[in-house]
Amino acid sequence: MTLLRLTLAALLLASGSACAVEFNQFQADRSTLQFVSKQMGVAVNGRFRKFAATLAFDPARPTAATARLDLDLASVDAGSADADVEVVGKSWFNVKLYPTATFVSSAIRPLGGDKFELAGTLTIKGRTHDVRAPFTFSQAGGNGVFDGTFVLKRLDFALGDGIWSDVSTVANEVQIKFHIVAAPAAGSK
Amino acid sequence: MPAKRYTFPAITLHWLMAVLLIGLFGLGLYMSDLPLSPDKLMFYSWHKWAGVSAFLLVLLRLAWRVGHPPPPLPEAMPRWQQAASHGLHHLLYLLMVAIPLTGWLMSSAKGFQTVYFGIVPLPDLLGKNKELGELLEDIHSALNFGLAGLVVAHVIAALKHHLVDRDDVLSRMLPLRQRYR
Ligand code: HEM
Ligand code: HEM
Repeated sequence: MTLLRLTLAALLLASGSACAVEFNQFQADRSTLQFVSKQMGVAVNGRFRKFAATLAFDPARPTAATARLDLDLASVDAGSADADVEVVGKSWFNVKLYPTATFVSSAIRPLGGDKFELAGTLTIKGRTHDVRAPFTFSQAGGNGVFDGTFVLKRLDFALGDGIWSDVSTVANEVQIKFHIVAAPAAGSK
Repeated sequence: MPAKRYTFPAITLHWLMAVLLIGLFGLGLYMSDLPLSPDKLMFYSWHKWAGVSAFLLVLLRLAWRVGHPPPPLPEAMPRWQQAASHGLHHLLYLLMVAIPLTGWLMSSAKGFQTVYFGIVPLPDLLGKNKELGELLEDIHSALNFGLAGLVVAHVIAALKHHLVDRDDVLSRMLPLRQRYR
């Protein structure tokens, strides 16, 4: 039975069928959320270990797509043991008061080919700002893969206040790189 | 007849590096005990830049030395002391090369690339690896304490030559006018 359905799905895909496939099953263990900060001019990589995406994306109808991302700020890997402790503290994320950061999409716009632009609002530490992120959509092993980057200004979200607000040691710009993998909805063939 | 004194470049490099290495040692100890702060990040960068400078200087120094061998030690020095002197000098050179190398490798293993003066990125020869980073940190530290111990012996030996033996071993490394005895 499953085999039959798979064969059918493969045939439909191969024939370039216009049948809508909506990718909405977030694959946590295949997705990554990384960031690059600049410390004394040197790029330092970090990432979040725990985050969840709620999304619905049909490549045939991208403008109707929606996405939401909730990330557990305490799951941060900021590049070193010292930094992990520092960055969850009061002057950075202050996870006691603000344990999660949230992104909610407002619009998705096709830019031609496999390129799209995601717009929405990002809320960290009680501050909300608009962000725009170009991303590419591809399919691998039947899953939808979304890869994008954008740059946020950490001081917009009061990340690193006090002594850390000096942007000559830790730059204001932080690059965010997301790689989100989602499986197609069950039975959306 | 071989020269009685070190050449001007050898003397300049010796004293420039002595000051630099003592500064690096103090800065290294100081900065690693600081709580994380922008100042700490700044000191780490300065330490790395100065450390890479020391590495470049020691390479220059060794290249110069190949073409300009040091003046022979006083005839009166016992054989074992001459051997000890040569051995110690070679060890000092070895550590002056090994310490910056371990510093560089440690930084790569800890995931913090070295960018010389914030401009010239040095390649990361090692990927990020926490255990390896900590091991290299311990090696960097141990080699540094080794160097510090040897430098103390080195200074005591130099002072002994000058004050007890009253030979020209110290004066021929001093940037003063030529002093013939
Ligand atoms: C000859 C040159 C150098 C000297 C004399 C020197 C000396 C020192 C000393 C004494 C320490 C403190 C060790 C301890 O706390 O036990 C230290 C730490 C350190 N050095 Fe160097 N260093 C040199 C070159 C370098 C270079 C070239 C780099 C990197 C490119 C480097 C990176 C570091 C780092 C990252 C630490 C801190 C380790 C930690 O506690 O996290 N050093 N250094
Ligand atoms: C970090 C500190 C120092 C290092 C790494 C160092 C290293 C060296 C090395 C490698 C040599 C051999 C030069 C050669 O034959 O090519 C040398 C020679 C010498 N150093 Fe130092 N040195 C340091 C500090 C000092 C200090 C503070 C003194 C002062 C008392 C001193 C006095 C001398 C003298 C007198 C010589 C000449 C020895 C001779 O003629 O054979 N050094 N040093």
